[in-house]
Amino acid sequence: MNTARAWEVLGTVPDPEVPVISVVELGIVREVMVDAEGAVEVVITPTYSGCPAMFEIEKDVRHALEAAGASTVTVRTVLSPAWTTDWIPASAREKLRAYGIAPPGPADRGGLVSLVRARPPVACPWCGSTQTTLQSEFGSTACKAIHVCGSCRQPFDEFKAI
Amino acid sequence: MGAQGHDAEDVGIAAGAAQAGDRPVAGPSRGPRLGPPLVEYLLRLGDDRLILGHRLSEWCGHGPILEEDIALANFALDLIGQAASLLRLAGAVEGAGRDEDALAYFRDGVQFRNSLLVEQPRGDFGDTIVRQFLFDAYSVLLWEALLGAPHEGLAAIAAKAIKEDRYHLRHSSEWVVRLGDGTAESQARVQGSLDRLWRYTGELFEADAIDQAVAAQGIAVDHRALKARWDQLVDEVLARATLVRPADGPMQRGGRTGRHTEHLGHLLATMQSVARAHPGARW
Ligand SMILES: [Zn+2]
Repeated sequence: MNTARAWEVLGTVPDPEVPVISVVELGIVREVMVDAEGAVEVVITPTYSGCPAMFEIEKDVRHALEAAGASTVTVRTVLSPAWTTDWIPASAREKLRAYGIAPPGPADRGGLVSLVRARPPVACPWCGSTQTTLQSEFGSTACKAIHVCGSCRQPFDEFKAI
Repeated sequence: MGAQGHDAEDVGIAAGAAQAGDRPVAGPSRGPRLGPPLVEYLLRLGDDRLILGHRLSEWCGHGPILEEDIALANFALDLIGQAASLLRLAGAVEGAGRDEDALAYFRDGVQFRNSLLVEQPRGDFGDTIVRQFLFDAYSVLLWEALLGAPHEGLAAIAAKAIKEDRYHLRHSSEWVVRLGDGTAESQARVQGSLDRLWRYTGELFEADAIDQAVAAQGIAVDHRALKARWDQLVDEVLARATLVRPADGPMQRGGRTGRHTEHLGHLLATMQSVARAHPGARW
């Protein structure tokens, strides 16, 4: 087991809530260290403070690396720098869209509290239409919002930009 | 979903809105015994979010509409997650071997440091939304002030939590506008919520010896500036919601030093019952 191999293995561990992308593509694996004896230390950062999937992810990471021959696996959680959807690469965004989830737009970096929602409409992942309406900022998981498409009439999830 | 007046009416589980006569219960007779300032400070931050998160979790399965049920559960999850981080840090700073679970489940009411605002009963949906808005506006501004705190752990929590709380504030402020500028019924009810809850807002901006002590360690929040920005933000939303800002009359206080209203005890009895009946249980 070396660092490159460990990253490769982690690239096969799916996000339990959005299994079409890996935990690496999600951007939560921050650092991977492997010592001479094959002991692996993985540093992950949570998506949301209360995300219940983090425990599951930690377990999956451990199992995958052990199965691939790691002698021991330590998973450490760090809060800083805070996770942002900007860390999700373009290739993974395409996978989300193909899966029926609108990928996140750029994260809001403004320091001001915005009270008037002036977001551009989110394109429907099914038909591409931008005639869509935000139904709720809070969806099936902490990381998703619900929209409805006015063209194909399908509801869809959006991966929230954060 | 929408601004129909029945949203508020249909919520049949109102647990009694905050009563006008609520007073903090008597504290320990020889005055509060407070711990090291940074531990106290982190407990105040953590307990606000733990208690409010629990209040919001009471809506799970009872929301007026499905989207709001999910939204309030999401809020609760974020706040309880933030509380876990803050209490874990408080326990680490204290150095007495208490983790976040020990602090959440094995302290009694007088040891809790949350503000009185967050322990008030959830009331109806309007009460819950108004309280959430008042708190979210405070919380976002407080995290902004703490982003640069010269304490790595606290600054990291602030940077994480502010992203979540911005979403919360956007959502709760929109609902305040929707209900306030809604029907005559919804407007009268949320105006009532605002009038009842206002007396608990002063405590959020009070600075005492604990604040001064952590300020000396560099964790300096300018409470007056915080209040001025909060006033501006709240006024803007209330104006849009056609609601009348209550006068700043006498404010209720005591939560920060462990003198709570009767409501906290009932909440803790529920929140702590499983952990106390089965100490150390894992699943
Ligand atoms: Zn469509």
